[in-house]
Amino acid sequence: MKVRAQIGMVLNLDKCIGCHTCSITCKNVWTSREGVEYAWFNNVESKPGIGYPKDWENQERWKGGWIRKKNGKLQPKAGSKWRILANIFANPDLPEIDDFYEPYTFEYEWLQKAPELQAQPSAKPRSMVTGQALTKIEWSGNWEDDLSGEFSKRSVDYNFSGIEKEIYGQFEQTFLMYLPRLCEHCLNPSCVASCPSGAIYKREEDGIVLIDQDQCRGWRMCVSGCPYKKIYYNWSSGKSEKCIFCYPRIEAGMPTVCSETCVGRIRYLGVMLYDADRIEEAASVENEKDLYEAQRAIFLDPNDPEVRAQARKDEVPEAWLEAAKHSPVYKMAMEWDVAFPLHPEYRTLPMVWYIPPLSPIQSAAEAGKISTNNGMPDVKSLRIPLRYLANMLTAGDEAPIATALERMLAMRAYMRAKSVEGVTDNKIAEDVGLDAHTIEEMYRYMALAAYEDRYVIPTNHREKNENTYHLRGNVGFAFNEPHNGRTKNNDVFGGPKKMPRKPFTDSP
Amino acid sequence: MHDFINYLLFGWFPYVALTIMILGSIIRFDKGQYGWRSQSSQFLRRKQMMWGSNLFHLGILVLLFGHFVGLLTPIGVFDALGISHSFKQLMALTVGGIAGILGFIGCTLLLHRRLYYPRIRKSSSKGDILVLFFLWLQLLLGIATIFWTIDHMDGSAMVLFMGWAQGVVTFNPAAADLIIDANLIYKVHIILGLILLAITPFTRLVHVFSAPFAYVLRPGYQIVRSRRLARRTRVSPPSSAPSSVPSRES
Repeated sequence: MKVRAQIGMVLNLDKCIGCHTCSITCKNVWTSREGVEYAWFNNVESKPGIGYPKDWENQERWKGGWIRKKNGKLQPKAGSKWRILANIFANPDLPEIDDFYEPYTFEYEWLQKAPELQAQPSAKPRSMVTGQALTKIEWSGNWEDDLSGEFSKRSVDYNFSGIEKEIYGQFEQTFLMYLPRLCEHCLNPSCVASCPSGAIYKREEDGIVLIDQDQCRGWRMCVSGCPYKKIYYNWSSGKSEKCIFCYPRIEAGMPTVCSETCVGRIRYLGVMLYDADRIEEAASVENEKDLYEAQRAIFLDPNDPEVRAQARKDEVPEAWLEAAKHSPVYKMAMEWDVAFPLHPEYRTLPMVWYIPPLSPIQSAAEAGKISTNNGMPDVKSLRIPLRYLANMLTAGDEAPIATALERMLAMRAYMRAKSVEGVTDNKIAEDVGLDAHTIEEMYRYMALAAYEDRYVIPTNHREKNENTYHLRGNVGFAFNEPHNGRTKNNDVFGGPKKMPRKPFTDSP
Repeated sequence: MHDFINYLLFGWFPYVALTIMILGSIIRFDKGQYGWRSQSSQFLRRKQMMWGSNLFHLGILVLLFGHFVGLLTPIGVFDALGISHSFKQLMALTVGGIAGILGFIGCTLLLHRRLYYPRIRKSSSKGDILVLFFLWLQLLLGIATIFWTIDHMDGSAMVLFMGWAQGVVTFNPAAADLIIDANLIYKVHIILGLILLAITPFTRLVHVFSAPFAYVLRPGYQIVRSRRLARRTRVSPPSSAPSSVPSRES
């Protein structure tokens, strides 16, 4: 057992109102630059829909994620290392900018500068790549917002597999949910695996996956290698960029920008402990439907003394072990079983999990005929098909999704009975395999969702990981940081004069 | 005067070009690697890229390897192996001709999409266009030499070029004299080749040096970076200090 810690995220889709505040604040902070105008480290998709970039879930097309070979070993879906290298001159699986959209702006200035004209001046759209006027905007980052566009095009959505989807095109039967997406900071990232330069890496201390911008050579294998299409090629700098999980904020114990600004309070951040020795084993289980449970199996119980002892040996800081005990992510994923990984079948072991949304009860007009289960509506009669959610969150296994939805319904019924009728009905809790205390805790976290409960983020303890003595005189984010008390001579023209070595002043 | 210009271009300029390429690339790499990349434009336009880029790179790699081996292998090695000069020239002509034509087709496709497709044209630097044009011209010149070469298939001219190239790398000051009477087309091809070497550090061509063969050698697939690896601590209390290090008290 090798214990590692990661800050995981859970998004409660039941509460997402699709306001895109997360996307906008993220954009303003990280991607308002030339070359990444089209890139949204965080975006919100309306589902059913083909998403952003178009059809991203279709891995037969993009070859993202992993496949399990006949001998049980994992290999990137794009092929072996030699195969990936052979594709380096032209990556056959690379999306084009039009699969995202051609970024544009409007000629607002013309509205003020236009001379007197016969007609009102209008602000024409202009491409931010070519600078040319665009006659028609065909697609954009959020083109399918709130089910816009024909059902025939939206229903190409991969999550409809195994569903008779035609009836959901009818107005009375249709359904809608939002899916905010960001980098999953996977335990078994296929972007890292497909980078020929070795520029992408996972940080040991908090699990954040980053691209070393100095080491990236622009071979673009990660763009197709990531099954979530969350790596963006900066066409200006020629390097790939991705969600950095706001690591400067996380290091300081602050939530990511998307989480901080979420008006629906749907996002949760907390420490997850996992067994790094069993990642490969978990990612390569034979049956795709077992991947959800396999990933859960490598998460470690922060209250287990054995785990805590091993974690200390593996130098996980004490504050992180303490935070892990209060982690909302652990509670939702492991104790209440209401959160699920997005597309576990990609075998990347994602670390951004989702609570499936409840939805209105189907055929409300026939209210009398609603099938009920001990006074609660049957989750199968919810408007969003179970299979659709299962295709998205559990590789098609409906049972865990049904349990989660039942528990969420039970939480509502229990709290309604308690606060409206003044009755504490333990049976509601027991019917879904929980107890009253747990239901009330779920209510506290999922319904009230106080800031302190949503974000339990220990600060990074670099003093544990780094020799701070060597970092003294550091100025922060400079490119030429002092090391060992001296500025490194990393310049062929020489550098500052060296101090003599100080053999006895080095701290242990 | 002719002698002097010949010496300047083929005796002196090769060293200037090689020096600029080697030193320039080292300095650029050392100064900062954010600008060190292949600068692929595939993301902006996929069309013509699959054929263009693959043909171009394949052709140019074969040509580069062929020129290296063909020009720099001592003539004695070929004699010892029993490969006649005319046979070697025929081989070079065939392999180089095929690779050259494939590369030229690829390069033409790439140049076309770069010049005539606004997304790529607008996002290209002057250097991007210049480099691609030079490579296109160089491939054209290289193919053109075939028509002069088939007139004398005995390999004598080839041996002179080998002598020149090997003279340059062995610092033989007389190297330039060997090719003073060579046809102008060969000379222009050589000069353009040297110019390409010289401009390498100032263009995207530096991505050649980063060919990621290390990927195949990487153990497994995943990379986890630990700060602990950077933690280098040396515990050396004054009492156990080695005598060779003067202590502050003494």
